[in-house]
Amino acid sequence: MLRYLLNKIALLVPTLVGITICAFAFVRLLPGDPILAMAGEHGVTPARYEQLKEQFGYNLPIWEQYARYVGEVATGDFGVSISSKRPVLQEFKTLFPATLELSFFAMIFAMVLGIPAGIFAAVKRGSWFDQSLMGTALVGYSMPIFWWGLLLIIFFSGYLGWTPVSGRIGLQFFLRPITGFMTIDSILYGKWDALRSAFSHLVLPAIVLGTIPLAVIARQTRSAMLEVLGEDYVRTARAKGLSSARVIGVHALRNALIPVVTTIGLQVGTLLAGAILTETIFAWPGIGKWMVDSIFKRDYVVVQSGLLLIALIVMAVNLIVDVLYAVINPRIRAA
Amino acid sequence: MKKTLTFAAALLAASVLGGMANAKTLVYCSEASPANFDPGTTTGGNDFDASSRTVYSRLVEFKHGGTEIEPGLADKWEISDDGLVYTFHLHPGVKFQTTDYFKPTRDLNADDVVFSFDRQFNKQNPWNGEKYLPNLTWDYYTGMDMPKYVAKWEKVDDLTVKLTLTEPNAPMLANLGMDFASIVSKEYADQLEKDGKMADFSTKPIGTGPFQFVDYQLDSVIRYAANPDYFKGKEKIDDLVFAITPDATARIQKVLAGECDIAPYPNPADIATIKANKDVTLLDQAGLNIGYMSYNTTIPPLDKPEVRHALNQAIDRESLIKSLFQDAGATPAQNLIPPTMWSWNKDVKFDSYDPEAAKKVLADAGLKEIQLWASDRVRPYNPNFQRAAELIQADWAKVGVKAEIVNYEWTKYREEGKKKERPGAFQIGWTGDNGDPDNFFATLFACSAIGVSNYSSWCDKDFEDLIQKAKKTSDQGERTKLYEQAQEIFAKQAPAFLLAHSQVYAVVRNNVSGFMMDPLGIHRFDGVDKAE
Repeated sequence: MLRYLLNKIALLVPTLVGITICAFAFVRLLPGDPILAMAGEHGVTPARYEQLKEQFGYNLPIWEQYARYVGEVATGDFGVSISSKRPVLQEFKTLFPATLELSFFAMIFAMVLGIPAGIFAAVKRGSWFDQSLMGTALVGYSMPIFWWGLLLIIFFSGYLGWTPVSGRIGLQFFLRPITGFMTIDSILYGKWDALRSAFSHLVLPAIVLGTIPLAVIARQTRSAMLEVLGEDYVRTARAKGLSSARVIGVHALRNALIPVVTTIGLQVGTLLAGAILTETIFAWPGIGKWMVDSIFKRDYVVVQSGLLLIALIVMAVNLIVDVLYAVINPRIRAA
Repeated sequence: MKKTLTFAAALLAASVLGGMANAKTLVYCSEASPANFDPGTTTGGNDFDASSRTVYSRLVEFKHGGTEIEPGLADKWEISDDGLVYTFHLHPGVKFQTTDYFKPTRDLNADDVVFSFDRQFNKQNPWNGEKYLPNLTWDYYTGMDMPKYVAKWEKVDDLTVKLTLTEPNAPMLANLGMDFASIVSKEYADQLEKDGKMADFSTKPIGTGPFQFVDYQLDSVIRYAANPDYFKGKEKIDDLVFAITPDATARIQKVLAGECDIAPYPNPADIATIKANKDVTLLDQAGLNIGYMSYNTTIPPLDKPEVRHALNQAIDRESLIKSLFQDAGATPAQNLIPPTMWSWNKDVKFDSYDPEAAKKVLADAGLKEIQLWASDRVRPYNPNFQRAAELIQADWAKVGVKAEIVNYEWTKYREEGKKKERPGAFQIGWTGDNGDPDNFFATLFACSAIGVSNYSSWCDKDFEDLIQKAKKTSDQGERTKLYEQAQEIFAKQAPAFLLAHSQVYAVVRNNVSGFMMDPLGIHRFDGVDKAE
């Protein structure tokens, strides 16, 4: 097991180097000179241009800039935002709980609906339910998040008035963050109406962000279930005279869930990518919206370090999934 | 039911936000998070809405809804005959805001004013550099050429400040009304420096403005309370909340749903929906901007005014504007400056569409081919350079001129475009800074701006004399006359095709009163009230 783990960690090193190169190159490959882009319509005088270039370190040779950047990152220094002048890591820490909270509830939404729907579709294979479910899943998977979010806002918030349009909690609640998770903070403050407000603000963005994972999980559960239902031990269980619910719920589901767990883990990347759009539409103060804002502000330091931090999280989650997978499925460890 | 809920929410808000009975809360759905709350260090309109226009005041202010200057922290001022010395007399008894992080022990005085500017250029000032914040560039102070014009700031006595210039510069007064010229507290700065918490100066602002800062939850909500000691009288609104909502459609849905009271910048596509709604009002105004197309006036045959006029006449401007701006609309430009700016000459008319007349002049001049420049960037004054280029290309083809469209990425585009030898017609525009006509005329068409931002390489002696004289004259009536003449010359010489001033919008709920569109593109909440 230890060897397996070390192996996985060793494999992360080249990925990590690749990501630092990508994040570093991304900013430099964007069209336009970052200093001129920052200057806007006023432009800068040649003297001031040179001065700014030196101030931001763009006058050094490219390899030296990269070495400097990697050196800083390695010591935990992710730089300071050009626009807000705050340390990037500090902003990230403030905003990340919001993204985590939204992703968590999006995932709950996707699992609570996706797994039962997948099971049901597999059991009733070929029925109208199965077919329409798989059709819907395909639509959900291909749904542009931006459009889907605005559609839900216009219908549920604008037309029906059931849910708030955007934001994280009603503006009448003024809670200074303790954990940064609005639901948990509301409980810690003992404000139940604030908790209700936080949940009502979570509904639409969680649905929007959870739609693609929902489609993936439903399809994955269905196909895993179908495979397991054809296995000998399921037939044996049925032959023993066990109830259908017990056969499906205990014998088949436990085995079918192994690939589903992996799928769920791999959805983290999808969730973070989806968060960029979802958070922008719903004014959700997380890292996705932060990245978009920074791109518009041409805050290259935030874009560069933000990309790296997000990549680090995705890598960490993937590592955890790999390990968990090995724990629940011993065959992997030997391989 | 809905009413009961609203009432309950209002009650709750009142009890949570400081326990005041019937506290009036105004919610503004802002379009982006502020970079920070120190207006000297930031450049965005949303930064200024959240800092300088709420928390701070300046020596002089722009009239609400206009570009004229009126007294601010300075009750009055004198300008010496040679235009070099400005003496400002401060309003007595102005208090800085008292918050849970700062309690002022003295009123505003000349030290605060001197400090507010000194920190922006004096390298010896500890607040000028790294010690305060990393990578400080003081963009507006340098961008408005303050280092070139300001010789020194001096305290005469507690309530008198003297500004000495290196040369006469009438737009200086308008510069002092700009956001970067907000007056900060020296006492607060000293205290933070002593406590080793200098960075707090940009996150916990203290000013003399109508609202005081309460709290900012990053990228989410900013809270302010009315400043009880505001020297122009306490505001009618008790609490001001900025709900940061970047998506334009979501912003408008929030106003329609009553989750916020005011929202700027709706999507053009939503304008019809907004107009149809009975609970809200759509405010609009020609923005302080101009979209235009510069002809290189040094390269024949574009050096002849009649050729440039003919090219203007060949463009169906009305259709062009409609196609570019669609439902958002735009005001066709008569002059380089927008009609909201003082000195706008109403008698000057832009070339009317007359392809027949144009055809003859262009044929006589032998103009068969021309370069037509376009970039990829969306600008407030021109949402689509490429589309505009294609439409103009088609119009010019009808009069026998073949236009070749030249494309570059935005920064490269401007680099290439400003070169003296750049041929043809170059699409560009400008968004004004301080509401002074000099900010348009001299920045864009002064002889000294050739190779910098005079994309027409146009240097007309009469025009130049007028705008330089206007720059050095402090009397506004006289300046107005000079700029009016300058606009006549501009129209006669036609160094550029003038497109339009784009329209800016805001959506306001009908129970809000006193909110005005501002030609400077800022959003002010002083004087705003809300009926329950």
